[in-house]
Amino acid sequence: MLQIMEGSHAVAEAVRLCRPEVVSAYPITPQTHIVERLAEMVADGDLDAEYICVESEFSALSACLGSSAAGSRVYSATSSQGLMLMAEVVFNVAGMRQPIIMSIANRALGAPLSIWNDQQDSLSLRDSGWFQLYGEDVQEMTDQHFIAYKAAERHDVLLPGFVCFDGFILSHTYEPVDIPTQEEIDAYLPKYVPYNMLDAKNPISMGMYATPEYYHEFRYEIDRAMDRCATALSEAGKEFGEMFGRDYSEHIESYRMDDADIAFVALGSLCGTVKDAIDEMRADGIKAGLVKIRTYRPFPKNDIAKALAGVATVAVLEKNISIGSAMKGAVGPEVLHALNGTGISVYSYVTGLGGRDIRKKDIRNIAELAVKGEGDMFYGLREEVL
Amino acid sequence: MVDKSLELFDCGHRACGGCGPALAAKLILKGTGEDTIVVASTGCMEVFSTPYPETAWKVPWIHSLFENAAAVASGIEASLKHNNRTEKVVCVCGDGATFDIGMLCISGAFERGHDITYICYDNEAYMNTGIQRSGATPYDASTTTSPAGKYSMGNSRPKKDLPQILAAHGATYVATASVAYPMDLMKKVEKAVNTPGACYIQIHAPCSTGWGFEGGKTIEIGKMALECGLWVNYEMENGRLVKAKKVKRVPVDAYLKAQKRFRHLFKPAPVTDEIAKIQAIADANAEKYGIDIEL
Ligand SMILES: Cc1ncc(C[n+]2csc(CCOP(=O)(O)OP(=O)(O)O)c2C)c(N)n1
Ligand code: SF4
Repeated sequence: MLQIMEGSHAVAEAVRLCRPEVVSAYPITPQTHIVERLAEMVADGDLDAEYICVESEFSALSACLGSSAAGSRVYSATSSQGLMLMAEVVFNVAGMRQPIIMSIANRALGAPLSIWNDQQDSLSLRDSGWFQLYGEDVQEMTDQHFIAYKAAERHDVLLPGFVCFDGFILSHTYEPVDIPTQEEIDAYLPKYVPYNMLDAKNPISMGMYATPEYYHEFRYEIDRAMDRCATALSEAGKEFGEMFGRDYSEHIESYRMDDADIAFVALGSLCGTVKDAIDEMRADGIKAGLVKIRTYRPFPKNDIAKALAGVATVAVLEKNISIGSAMKGAVGPEVLHALNGTGISVYSYVTGLGGRDIRKKDIRNIAELAVKGEGDMFYGLREEVL
Repeated sequence: MVDKSLELFDCGHRACGGCGPALAAKLILKGTGEDTIVVASTGCMEVFSTPYPETAWKVPWIHSLFENAAAVASGIEASLKHNNRTEKVVCVCGDGATFDIGMLCISGAFERGHDITYICYDNEAYMNTGIQRSGATPYDASTTTSPAGKYSMGNSRPKKDLPQILAAHGATYVATASVAYPMDLMKKVEKAVNTPGACYIQIHAPCSTGWGFEGGKTIEIGKMALECGLWVNYEMENGRLVKAKKVKRVPVDAYLKAQKRFRHLFKPAPVTDEIAKIQAIADANAEKYGIDIEL
């Protein structure tokens, strides 16, 4: 049944249905509404979980690691500076193969301080060993939580995951959303069965130190697990589709790509604007299309190569910056690599940082720049403030 | 009562000869017994006891990072509580992990009152990274980041009073112990793990390599620290001092002389005013904890 809900509250509902045993998080705008709602649920007895009110994000994720190692399904959420404070633990959780799910309400990083949206925070941690999902609207980002737990906890995966959505734009927006029932989710997502755990009856050591004889192979194993994660996410998304009618078996979504000459590549809520811009461009005879990336890690290289095979030009819209890199954004080089040898032109456009609006006319302007071969640049700079 | 004959910290570790922390680990587990989950921090003990794929720990053991053991333990405790499990959660961490970089997590865990026992094996410096000073390093000790030199007498600050800080957090039980007094140490650990709420024990654990003494002298050095009053074994319950080990105190000189980290105080000639300052620290300890045996 469709209900009108704030994005954050829809996420909290989804998390409740996943039955985490321990929740630990620390407030930060624009993530705050999620943890507040979860705290209310615990206080009212609607969620049977331990809610650890920590003193920092660093402890939030550390506590989640402990609970997960002790065999529990756990949850956290954060944004921006909070994620940066967690960074050391983020890598550690992946290395210790704990399938923790964390929502990221994407927000720009300081300095200067900004509470508004871009995707710099989660994309900065792309190499940490967490899979990363991006949602376009409230329904998609909500559903991705169920899928994330299901894939993460598979014993052939055992990796943590971010479920990312644009701060304010999605976290604070009210949209109609279909929330499954507890019975339905119980059928979809069974109780977590740890592969191994801290247990006095069967003592093991976790998080030991490794000499050069072993470390290399540990990293290889994580990367292998990330490859298998692609299949796991796809299968979890397919099964979700069969049960709930919304299919997420694909890591990307193609929009009007059949005969496109120019294609955009984007993540998250921006895709809605791009789709509208494409419709207008099409009405004017410009054959544009969109490849929306749902799964940024593991990167769906083959899916993207296939979807973009017929185009002449690709414009990657980047709500992030890889400072000092040739393409300027973190997504562009991956797309370029996927298209290696095809002769298709790929350009990155850093746009919409720190909450700057991206409008349909900007999308159109970017298309024009791309066709002219002008790219790998900041788009929309206000020259008068430079 | 815990079965003290069980060796839960077993052979196979790679600590230096006469390592105080290795002895501490052995004694701690004799105090906790088998039903224990140990949370470690990065440091000497982690490195010498768990080189993958080997481990010296016969109880469940986890290490995450240098500074987050208290937070990891909080999470473990929450998970156990949720599942009505009864294992004791015990952090075993170095003084650097405890006094310095871990303070945020420790303060949080103690303020929240998790049912955990946090034990610091205090070897009075960062040993794993090559003997650098920590907030637990005593006054005038020479370390690689507080070296004695032409213009320096070594570490310029006295030891941070962490037991008092954690008592002020509302810790139900706070105690200090020494590897030189094993029965007392085991008794205190057993008491701490059976006391509800967050408890803290700080164990004086001489480090032969970092302090500069022969590996066979660990217990002797440990005893000397207590006998001169630079280390006091005491217990606090709900913020109040309830017991302190009394001694017939001797001057600090012999304890200092026995260790290379204080050698600069005697060579080429005794630096009497600095030794007097250290004596004053011992005297203040004696007065604060009332440890002097009246003659
Ligand atoms: C965030 C971080 N900073 C620095 C280090 C390097 N480091 C590892 S162990 C250690 C010192 C450990 O000292 P202590 O806790 O006293 O234990 P000990 O080695 O003396 O047993 C340091 C500085 C680290 N691992 N992580
Ligand atoms: S350096 Fe000190 S603490 Fe480390 S193993 Fe050697 S004696 Fe033990």
